[in-house]
Amino acid sequence: MTSKTFKGFAILASLILTFGLAQAEPKKVGFIYVGPVGDFGWSYEHDQGRLAVEEAFGDQVETSYVESVPEGADAERVLTQMALAGNELIFTTSFGYMDPTINVAAKFPDVKFEHATGYKRADNVSTYSARFYEGRAVIGHIAGKMTKTNQIGYIASFPIPEVIRGINSAYIHAKKANPDVEFKIVWVFTWFDPAKEADAAQTLIEQGVDVIMQHTDSTAPMTIAEEKGIFAFGQASDMMEFGPTARLSSIIDNWAPYYVARTQALVDGAWESVDTWDGISTGMVEIGEFSDRIPENVRADAQAMSDAISNGSYHPFTGPINRQDGSAWLGDGEIADDGTLLGMNFYVEGISGSIPN
Amino acid sequence: MDFAAINPLIFFSTMVAASIPVLLAALGELVVEKSGVLNLGVEGMMIIGAVCGFIAIYNSGSPFFGVLASIVAGGLLALVFGILTQVLHSNQVATGLALTLFGLGLSALIGQPFAGIKPPTFPKPDFGFLGDMPVLGQLFFKYDYLVYAAFLLVIVVSYVLNRTRAGLILRSIGENHDAAHALGYNVVRVRLAAIVFGGGCAGLGGGYLAMIRVPQWTEGMTAGVGWIALALVVFASWRPYRVILGAFLFGGVTLLQLNLQAVGIKINPAYLSMAPYIITIVALVVISGSSNRLSNLAPGSLGRLFHKTM
Amino acid sequence: MLVFERRREPSRFWTAITPILAVLITLIAGGILFATLGKDPLEAIKTIFWAPLFDPDLSAYARPQILVKAAPLVLIAIGLSIGFKANIWNIGAEGQYIMGAILGGGVALAFYPLEAWWIFPLMIVSGIAGGIAWAMIPALLKVKFRTNEILVSLMLVYVSEHFLASVSLGLLRNPDGVGFPGSRNLQHYASASNAELFAGTGIHLGVIVAFVSIFALYGLIRFHRLGFQIRVTGQSIRISRFAGVNPNLMIIFCLAAGGGLAGLAGIFELSGPAGRLSIDFNVGYGFTAIIVAFLGRLNPFGIALAALLMSLTYIGGDLAQFMLNLPAAAIQALQGMLLFFLLSMDFLSQYRIRIKHWASG
Repeated sequence: MTSKTFKGFAILASLILTFGLAQAEPKKVGFIYVGPVGDFGWSYEHDQGRLAVEEAFGDQVETSYVESVPEGADAERVLTQMALAGNELIFTTSFGYMDPTINVAAKFPDVKFEHATGYKRADNVSTYSARFYEGRAVIGHIAGKMTKTNQIGYIASFPIPEVIRGINSAYIHAKKANPDVEFKIVWVFTWFDPAKEADAAQTLIEQGVDVIMQHTDSTAPMTIAEEKGIFAFGQASDMMEFGPTARLSSIIDNWAPYYVARTQALVDGAWESVDTWDGISTGMVEIGEFSDRIPENVRADAQAMSDAISNGSYHPFTGPINRQDGSAWLGDGEIADDGTLLGMNFYVEGISGSIPN
Repeated sequence: MDFAAINPLIFFSTMVAASIPVLLAALGELVVEKSGVLNLGVEGMMIIGAVCGFIAIYNSGSPFFGVLASIVAGGLLALVFGILTQVLHSNQVATGLALTLFGLGLSALIGQPFAGIKPPTFPKPDFGFLGDMPVLGQLFFKYDYLVYAAFLLVIVVSYVLNRTRAGLILRSIGENHDAAHALGYNVVRVRLAAIVFGGGCAGLGGGYLAMIRVPQWTEGMTAGVGWIALALVVFASWRPYRVILGAFLFGGVTLLQLNLQAVGIKINPAYLSMAPYIITIVALVVISGSSNRLSNLAPGSLGRLFHKTM
Repeated sequence: MLVFERRREPSRFWTAITPILAVLITLIAGGILFATLGKDPLEAIKTIFWAPLFDPDLSAYARPQILVKAAPLVLIAIGLSIGFKANIWNIGAEGQYIMGAILGGGVALAFYPLEAWWIFPLMIVSGIAGGIAWAMIPALLKVKFRTNEILVSLMLVYVSEHFLASVSLGLLRNPDGVGFPGSRNLQHYASASNAELFAGTGIHLGVIVAFVSIFALYGLIRFHRLGFQIRVTGQSIRISRFAGVNPNLMIIFCLAAGGGLAGLAGIFELSGPAGRLSIDFNVGYGFTAIIVAFLGRLNPFGIALAALLMSLTYIGGDLAQFMLNLPAAAIQALQGMLLFFLLSMDFLSQYRIRIKHWASG
């Protein structure tokens, strides 16, 4: 055997070996959740995304998760351990994981991180978030058309831009659909407390609302709406089984396409740090099936709005829109810039009450 | 936008229904504390009651079995606490906290397959024409069975504690276990019974939450109600009827702030949410200050270790 | 018939052996639990109890992290144990921890972005003061009105939690945080940052202080007159008067010790590992520390061991979640069982079990 053929043989062998190893060693993808996967809201939907990754990649990818991780010191430790254990891509699925993600990412330049809803990025940290306000525009329209009492209840969690944006978007479109509409907004200061959310729904109904929107995670408001015979919308997941007659539609967090795409990028070696803020167009925000109880023309209008938002011909925050105090925010035809939307801390004109702090 | 927009009748009836879980749990804890035992595991017993009640009503379709399962589950977990603290003399505070930890974990485990399912509807009694009466119907005849059962239980507990021999024994053991022991009462047995009763009540309170109030099973759904129950017992200065008042106050404050928001009155929810706890502390100070009637006071041997000297 | 006889002195042999026995029983019970969940019990136990300490890839990071996670538990439990020994029941350490963090963090943030050497010490002192101030409420009410400190301190936990939510959303909210709740990150404020002392370990000043406090308490209890007075007060207030103890001062001292150390733990945690004050800044150390204090039999070294054991199960529990897909709830249940067994086995060191016949009884 000449040395040349030996060399060739060796290369071939090592190729087979690496190829074989690549086949045998699946890529590890990790997830950390702020709540339990059984919350049927935020963390549950992220875990559905994880399961979609498992489904899509089979043996190529191995996923794992840690649930109910407090934001802060514990998150940083869990992330470090996941990185040490060989995860190559880690999704950190809550705003409060932002600083821990950045810290750990700095220590593990070869590990890729994806942080949900934050604003800090690095070469190995992407951020992603969903334009839920697009969905809220559509259900706001439906709510405006469906209310008989002209009173719409809104169960809000914490006064942060994400939630305020949703209220504004829903209000603007409800108002367009029905100029007499009024919003009753209740802040519950929790993302997840079924009993308190149920109380909030009950209170709103007593105050005469006949459509409820929620920006909290539990299905309790839907259950109460069903019991009291009023309308509601699914939040985060479809919630069909909790309100078969009450549920008009829903805004579903669908992280699956994004998670699959990012995992694909990792597998292909094409992963790059990006900032993603997707809405209806990519399916990250999904509008649940319209109920038969919505009149046909309203359904058609809502569908048209959804389509227009999806193809980019309509933006839910298109002027003229004034701030609550009457000062001008967007001129005629002007479209809100993402910067203002991301930091939104004011109500638009017409909403009564003030944002608590 | 003003107060007038809040209908007092509806507010009251919602408040009554909302206060049942904490009322039941506090009533049970009251009996436990009257016997001289402090069980900080209320939250754990409630959530075990919630999950077991839910599973039972879902599988059997029978509200009766749901209620039964809640009580039994809460009682069994309480029995663990009882054996540890009364027979094995472990520290009550630490054991109670461990009980909460264990209850939260175990309930989440056994409840996993039942998350996101709707339970069968819990029936309400039909009072016929009574329920149709203008004001009174709304105030008194619109609730489910457990609401009436809970109030009945308050009356029974109050009667037994204050008017019967069994209640006297229980109170004397709580007041001074050494003296009670010297009189020949079986301190451990009475306390075990009180602890199990307390667990059953807490379990039922949790069950109410999962079967009626919300109604569904979700991990961690008690969200701190058990801790409020502990506050309530103090607020009520260990008197059953005052537990009702306290439950209305605690439930009412939450509802009130939601109502105020809904009618557009500007409030700071954080400060309003603190109010019941601060009122409880004030009440506690007042009780402690006016100590001429013994029955007003906290049970004398609350939380203290009892061991027979032979 | 079985009869329990109280020993005059806790048995040394059983005191040493029961924790080991309890852990072994937990391993068996936990193994059964994991097996019913369809997991390999040996693998699960190994991941929780062995991997953080000895796994070649993970232990280098996990070992110091066990210390970091144990530090607040040790600090708080040490402080509480002083009161518990004297029969003074502060169970509101969670609230004192929160208030220490709020006051200490608030002071630091008030000076932002000034860089000066004195900010960090001032912040630490404010943290201690915050904890003490919060603990003084039950202390003074007890001294003045004989109000039950267990209940007052517990109530104050909820008040402080609501206060934390309020400042996270209002007063101390990060003005550059795009409207999200939570304060600035003190890790990014050099003068207020409690940075790690040894690169890559996460060990911060609080860890050192926590372990110093173990010896401080040992010295206090063993060699100082105060230690004697605390023990006497625990046995009987009446007798303690003869020993020259002022019961009111004792109440104030015990609650101040618990509150101060809890506040200290809060400010160390805030300025170090956690960084930001946010709505869910507190993760239950104040309550877990109570359990830790009792697991450690109120002995400073026992407390250290108990805190390390708890910390190990937290860290091992994280590993078991993502390596074996064990649900977080299973870990929680395992911890609950461990605590039950540890608490109940103490019985063996306190009592002697005798078999007695009916006739002779």
